[in-house]
Amino acid sequence: MSTWEYAPAPESRDIANLRPSYRPFIGGEFVDGSGEPLKTINPATEEVLAEVGTASVSDVDTAVKAARRAYERTWRTMPGAERAKYLFRIARLIQERSRELAVLETLDNGKPIKESRDADVPTAAAHFFYHAGWADKLGYAGYGPDPKPLGVAGQVIPWNFPLLMLAWKIAPALATGNTVVLKPAETTPLSALVFAEICQQAGLPPGVVNIVPGAGDIGAALVDHPGVDKVAFTGSTEVGKQIQRAVAGTPKKLTLELGGKAANVVFDDAPLDQAVEGIVNGIFYNQGHVCCAGSRLLAQESVVDELLEKLRHRVSTLRLGDPLDKNTDIGAVNSAEQLARIRDLAETGDAEGAQRWTSPCPVPERGFFFPPTVFSGVEQSMRIAREEIFGPVLSVLTFRTPDEAVAKANNTPYGLSAGIWTEKGSRILWAASKLRAGVVWANTFNRFDPAAPFGGYQESGFGREGGRTGLEAYLDV
Amino acid sequence: MATATLPVALADATRDDASLRRFLHGLPGVDQVGVEQRAAGLGTRSIKKAAKLWAIDTAISMVDLTTLEGADTHGKVRALCAKARRPDPDRPDTPPVAAVCVYPDLAATAVEALAGTGIAVASVATAFPSGRSSREVKLADVRLAVTSGAAEVDMVIDRGAFLEGRYGQVFEEIQAVKAACGDAHLKVILETGELATYDNVRRASWLALLAGGDFIKTSTGKVSPAATLPVTHVMLQAVRDWYTATGELRGVKPAGGIRTTKDAIRYLVAVHEVAGEQWLTPTLFRFGASSLLNDLLLQRRTQLDGHYSGPDYLAVD
Repeated sequence: MSTWEYAPAPESRDIANLRPSYRPFIGGEFVDGSGEPLKTINPATEEVLAEVGTASVSDVDTAVKAARRAYERTWRTMPGAERAKYLFRIARLIQERSRELAVLETLDNGKPIKESRDADVPTAAAHFFYHAGWADKLGYAGYGPDPKPLGVAGQVIPWNFPLLMLAWKIAPALATGNTVVLKPAETTPLSALVFAEICQQAGLPPGVVNIVPGAGDIGAALVDHPGVDKVAFTGSTEVGKQIQRAVAGTPKKLTLELGGKAANVVFDDAPLDQAVEGIVNGIFYNQGHVCCAGSRLLAQESVVDELLEKLRHRVSTLRLGDPLDKNTDIGAVNSAEQLARIRDLAETGDAEGAQRWTSPCPVPERGFFFPPTVFSGVEQSMRIAREEIFGPVLSVLTFRTPDEAVAKANNTPYGLSAGIWTEKGSRILWAASKLRAGVVWANTFNRFDPAAPFGGYQESGFGREGGRTGLEAYLDV
Repeated sequence: MATATLPVALADATRDDASLRRFLHGLPGVDQVGVEQRAAGLGTRSIKKAAKLWAIDTAISMVDLTTLEGADTHGKVRALCAKARRPDPDRPDTPPVAAVCVYPDLAATAVEALAGTGIAVASVATAFPSGRSSREVKLADVRLAVTSGAAEVDMVIDRGAFLEGRYGQVFEEIQAVKAACGDAHLKVILETGELATYDNVRRASWLALLAGGDFIKTSTGKVSPAATLPVTHVMLQAVRDWYTATGELRGVKPAGGIRTTKDAIRYLVAVHEVAGEQWLTPTLFRFGASSLLNDLLLQRRTQLDGHYSGPDYLAVD
């Protein structure tokens, strides 16, 4: 029997142009933050990548004031067509520096280079291109003839898609005439600081974009700052609730994009091979660190055996390892903390009587890795069916009838996304209207486009990002 | 023949025309967007160094070196056979190709030129490429190929009958050809460019497998589009499903339009990751191609020498 081992095909880490230290970006300049510097590590090797200066509470104040000045003096009064030029410039610069950004993102986050190269960075550029187009057409967005910006936006983003979440936040804010203070995640600050460089390169007026690295306390200081008119947060439901309490009773506008426990519903008339692809893409994309991940597979009982057999074969072909290798499908979990959380939750699956199947792929000794895992025999009452694991762990449940499928899919406090797999068009429309989820994919999963609004129901948050609808979050309407 | 040992469910499928239709229409559908996305995704695999050299040598050994022109002559076929035996005379360690593929009237010439080399002669038959003739003429065509010594027969299915939904007729015809082949291996050309949908490709693949085809082959090379990666994905999935259901290994042959080493490697990656490692052998996977071979040889030299060679160093045929 022949064997074919793919030779290593690593992207060079030199392309990331790593520097020993990075600093906060406030008022158009890189400044020494007065917070305690943090060290950011490569989760695939556990080595330190760089030291990053962090902002203190007083730096946050400086940043908000800089943003306010930029808002009052230049950005709010600038014609939309002029703002658009800056956004187009930023979009093109992201494209020009795409390899550098992709490698940097992979080093800092642990995601496979294939994904940062083919999804994160190009989609980030696409968000700037898309919103650049809106900047001079806001009067036609359906929010009145001359909708006004809100002012200074305080934005806090997660570690799972550092650059892409930044683009989702900054592009619509700038297009609508707001200025921004953004706090990247503690474990993944690097691409945001290279983005700050891109803002300088694009000649963006000082203070329009400010980046303040730091831990949760800096995020809280930003959210609480009285000079902030708008708060946008993507992250955990727990922190989202704290933020909602913090802004209650203030005039701040708030949008939250929080957790999820999405159901991927496979009916017996589904295109099975493509459903398998969609399931794999739904839960193993980005190591499962996706708020809209299809972490619950709901399969009709009449096809579940065939589906699981195909799924296990497919999952066995996933290649786990060095995220910089172009053939790696599953990279490293972002932090030791997250890895521990995934392990703990997976153990509750064993304890509650679900059957664990793990891909036979080899797992590197160093770095934070968790092999693709499928739990079958999962019941609605189990923790792995209810709690967001945020890792490469799929829970397989079954249903008998379409009504039961919808009832089980909706039986969660979350409501971010859902997937429907069937060749029957009428069933797609029926299920999509019944599923309580902000995004419903039919015969596909985890597809993103700047023109498509994204957001949740219930404890998955509120407000939309992307599309015409997404502009509303940054306009005084 | 294979059908004798089929599991009950599959044996029932071929009981009569109505069962066959029910079975084929009961196969899970193929989602176009999904299969094309998967094929494009696998197409980004980066195959380097030793893995690339292995892929090139394996691809060379899987080539069915083909000439199917109205202008084919004995001389042309002999030239092709010489190339098949020693693809790169300057590099004697280059593996020979799997087979030479010709029209049936030239099969005898190829058999003579390849005697004792272990390289098979494949002959197209059954009123290739359109398949538009009577059963008698098609079978006579097959007999000509077999009596000339062809070890492999590449038949075309009756696409008209398939598109009219007369699956039973297509099935019987493949069985009749298989019987006429005797010991010769049968490759069933689906002409996927004329079947148009992936659902049809999946149904035709199962039809050919049920009727006893040893290989399912995408195209004649005379219709555009010929082989594509997503179509090959669907066919590889079919032989894998067939293996799961019956324990039998059947082969796949994409043909037409595969011209570069890069393309060939993408196909091998699909074989490896969709069907499985077992299929990475000339007995279960072939490329129907003519110009592909020279690009493989060129890239092989590049891998071994560390620099590019030029097309003038290789034989044009």
